[in-house]
Amino acid sequence: MPTHDDTEPKLTREDVIKVAMLARLALSENEVTSLTQELTKIVGFVSQLSEIDTSDVEPLAHPLDSQNVFREDEPATSLKTADALRSAPRHDGECFLVPAVLGESSSA
Amino acid sequence: MTLTNRSAAELASALQKGETSAVECATAFLDRIEATNSTVNAFLTVDRDGALATAEAVDASRASGKPLGPLAGLPVAVKDVLCTTDQPTTCASKMLKGYQPPYDADVVQRLRAAGTVILGKTNMDEFAMGGSNENSAYGLVRNPWDLERAPGGSSGGSAAAVAADMAPLAIGSDTGGSIRQPAGLCGITGLKPTYGRVSRRGLVAFSSSLDQIGPMARSAKECAMLLQAIAGHDPGDSTSLNIPVPDYSADLEKPLQGLRIGRVAAHFSEGLDPEVAEHVETTFATYEAAGATIHDVELPHATYGVPTYYLIAPSEASSNLARYDGAHYGHRWDGTPSDEKGITDFDSPLVEMYCRSRAEGFGPEVKRRIMLGTYSLSSGYYDAYYAKALRVRRLIRQDFNKAFENVDVIGGPVSATPAFKLGEKTDDPVAMYLVDLYTVGTNLAGIGGISFPCGFTKGSLPVGFQLQGPALSEPLLLQATHQYQQATDWHLKRTAALSS
Amino acid sequence: MSAETQHPFTTVIGLEVHVQLQTKTKLFCGCITTFGSPPNTQVCPTCLGLPGSLPVMNRRAFDLSLRAALALNCKIALFTKWDRKNYFYPDLPKGYQISQFDLPFSYEGHLEVCDPKGAFEPRTVRITRVHLEEDAGKSMHDETAGTADSRIDLNRTGTPLCEIVTEPDLRSAEEARAWLNELKLLLVYLGVSDCNMQEGSLRVDANVNLHIPQEDGRLAKTPIVEIKNMNSFRSVERALVYETERQWGEWQATKAEIGSMPKQTRGWDDSAGVTRGQRHKEESSDYRYFPEPDLVPVTVTEEQVTTIRSSMGEPPAVLRKTLADRWKIPANDAGVLVNQGPELVRYFEDLATRVGEGKVASNWMQQDVLRTLNERGGNITDFPVRPEAVADIIARVQKGDFDTSRGREIFASVVEKGASVAEVVAGMGIAAVDDSDLRALCEELIAENPKIVADVKGGKEQAAGGLIGQAKRKNPNVNPGKVRALAIELIRALP
Repeated sequence: MPTHDDTEPKLTREDVIKVAMLARLALSENEVTSLTQELTKIVGFVSQLSEIDTSDVEPLAHPLDSQNVFREDEPATSLKTADALRSAPRHDGECFLVPAVLGESSSA
Repeated sequence: MTLTNRSAAELASALQKGETSAVECATAFLDRIEATNSTVNAFLTVDRDGALATAEAVDASRASGKPLGPLAGLPVAVKDVLCTTDQPTTCASKMLKGYQPPYDADVVQRLRAAGTVILGKTNMDEFAMGGSNENSAYGLVRNPWDLERAPGGSSGGSAAAVAADMAPLAIGSDTGGSIRQPAGLCGITGLKPTYGRVSRRGLVAFSSSLDQIGPMARSAKECAMLLQAIAGHDPGDSTSLNIPVPDYSADLEKPLQGLRIGRVAAHFSEGLDPEVAEHVETTFATYEAAGATIHDVELPHATYGVPTYYLIAPSEASSNLARYDGAHYGHRWDGTPSDEKGITDFDSPLVEMYCRSRAEGFGPEVKRRIMLGTYSLSSGYYDAYYAKALRVRRLIRQDFNKAFENVDVIGGPVSATPAFKLGEKTDDPVAMYLVDLYTVGTNLAGIGGISFPCGFTKGSLPVGFQLQGPALSEPLLLQATHQYQQATDWHLKRTAALSS
Repeated sequence: MSAETQHPFTTVIGLEVHVQLQTKTKLFCGCITTFGSPPNTQVCPTCLGLPGSLPVMNRRAFDLSLRAALALNCKIALFTKWDRKNYFYPDLPKGYQISQFDLPFSYEGHLEVCDPKGAFEPRTVRITRVHLEEDAGKSMHDETAGTADSRIDLNRTGTPLCEIVTEPDLRSAEEARAWLNELKLLLVYLGVSDCNMQEGSLRVDANVNLHIPQEDGRLAKTPIVEIKNMNSFRSVERALVYETERQWGEWQATKAEIGSMPKQTRGWDDSAGVTRGQRHKEESSDYRYFPEPDLVPVTVTEEQVTTIRSSMGEPPAVLRKTLADRWKIPANDAGVLVNQGPELVRYFEDLATRVGEGKVASNWMQQDVLRTLNERGGNITDFPVRPEAVADIIARVQKGDFDTSRGREIFASVVEKGASVAEVVAGMGIAAVDDSDLRALCEELIAENPKIVADVKGGKEQAAGGLIGQAKRKNPNVNPGKVRALAIELIRALP
């Protein structure tokens, strides 16, 4: 079984908090502490991949070799608004409601 | 013999001959679930009314002489990771508590079209993340062979349901071994098909390039029947293979003469339980006796499978699970200020809603993987982690391709140990991740794999054997397993732990 | 006057344009893309990002984006893929946008722009890349409603967008506006997009900074500012003029150069006429792009490129020439017509075909149709006078029923009343002046003007001109040429 030693990467509390904000997770103090240890251990474990020389290897993002899968530009039935909103935590019958958004749009 | 003791193949034959009815059959399994689920916790939802209504409709169709498929009237349990319009789909997460999708998964549509009777939705590790089924927000699942042990995961509910005779057939999903490992630990048969063979539409995504739905049942013969119903091209899934579906039952009875089975010496290194090793070796011998030949093959990068998997799967998961943010569906923080110390500096009320909803809705393992995946994709780490894992993924696939130049299938253990004690690995994520050692390669390469019982330990725990085959080798995997099951009776053993 | 002519610096502008592709349905699902529908009526599991939903690429969206890229002289990648751009926003229900990161389907193109008035030299603007991505939805916040909630409408979510990114090749606000006009015209001509800015089918962000030569020969560069929220080409021009001046002022005050601070985003406030700094979100820049595992790559063959290229039709720059040649009209006329868009060109060609003379048709287009259209506003397709009616008026003028100025009155009347040409002509009594009426009128005039009759009889035919004014006073509908000809004929026939 692989082991890890002191030369392997170590995550700091600040790293964990930064990643948690990126991931939108309000971690508790205890979670920050335990995740700092656990992620350090896990990252140390996965870092064993650095042993492999992959300089001549192309990444493989997907097991399929297929290409060019399209649909035609034909309209399909949309959901009824009530069904679209059915599981929304808050809505006004027309729109989803969320805490105030600043600015108009994330705008692609 | 009660109905629940009979295999799906026997039930199908009885239904066709009119020896039993779909309603009778469904009632028997529903009653069995009612009697045992409080112990096993295999089901999150049981749909007695819906199941009986479907069963009645099947019986009516049969009575009117309508042609019915081979699965018509057969009860089936569906992992709670597939969308169903008539039952909640929670992925065993608090995040999706009570969530009712407005559409059926492609596989669920196919199951309905085949006339199967969906009994309910099975428990699982939250969002299919785990190998023990201890990560469910709705309670762990117990292994029917030993109630103090884990059934494996993440399709632990489906595996336990079949093992405990609560359902003759079940649907699971397999991202890194989530069908095969629990099948092995629960003494049933489970197949992870080639990536793209079964549509993923309506399968709540964990890791999109690895996830695949597959059948779980007592035997290969029944897995073939169930796979027949769920496989096929879906124009609504861009990654679904547009290749004809073969008759999975056609070759089952063909003898194994000349089958070349690969054996990987490294599978038998440290960490493999001696009893498991012994049963696996015996299985090779059984195959040899049946006319197969055993050949040494190497999968040089196999030991890197787990770290590769634990970079790719969490990376994709961190993105797939971003949609659970409390905005459009799922759990939302109710606005109550938290007393707990921790991250409290939010940009805006919206960001606080996101962060608190997700913190409350997700369990510890899901958070851990989201954190790991977010980290591995983030600026400055991408090349060292995610991109590196993709390169090793190619090496792992090349290993399989090379091995399959010389052998038809590769055999070996599905799990290093038999079912482990509940709580045994929960404090050590890396130890828990290593239970996927023998299974993740199949998903990384996108090929097929099957797991089936090949013996029992002295402690009466089932031991699983895995066969892996090249892309679209499902007919061969099913045939090889069926032939083994013709020569042995491990798959017929029933647990005594739950006898009522 | 633009700022750059007064100050010792060069303004450097690059643009990022998003255009909505003219498809019936969204990029990854069958929901329609009609603008202005009630909220959340054009949504399905896929564009809502529901658990388990999957995308499938719209073929027409890809073909249209290829067409745009080819028209922009881009190279087409033979292998392209899609990536996820991860960020949290309520108008982005999946928590990621499907876009293209490192392998866009096209790159390295260019589009020229000329100013017909010669205000700037013809400019070639290089295109960095064109890629295909999905749009986000709409979040609305009504501050007057006194509620803490924003409302989210996901109708627009998943609409196909082409993102066109230019190199920083533009040198003035005026150039930027002219280039955008040319881009819009091109995309409209090729049927790629309707480029309607009011409906959000075309959106522009601009990156701008100043290059200021220093006494030591060094070139100082001000920090690049990205300007957003410009909702018309005029706003783009105004915002760039404002920002140029603002940066010059800031440079003089701070001497701050590029790299001394993170890239700034400023929003254009159209009513105040200023740009304002937007809040900087620190972590939002880490989008954690990775290959979209729910889609497969797309490969394009040379044959496909050839087929699309040959079916594309003429881009405006070519059409200006061919239109001038085909109808023998001045280049300037052709330019004016083409710049109005393909529907107006179709109108013109219809008219010119009916009239048979390009120049006559073009004159009527420029003097009457376009002037009226500009006054009335609206689209040529909704213009009340169709080409056959204009051709009818021109034919009657050519036949001598009335003169050109009378014809233009008739045109105006047709526009105003929405009646047919025949109705207007009849209403004005023009149709009443038939041959017998004309004869009676001329005989009356002859009887009243013995002096003119004598002069004409004596060989001075030009004296007949004196009758025309009198004839028009008696009946304004008479055709002067006909009066003159008939009067002479009648006088000659007198004993």
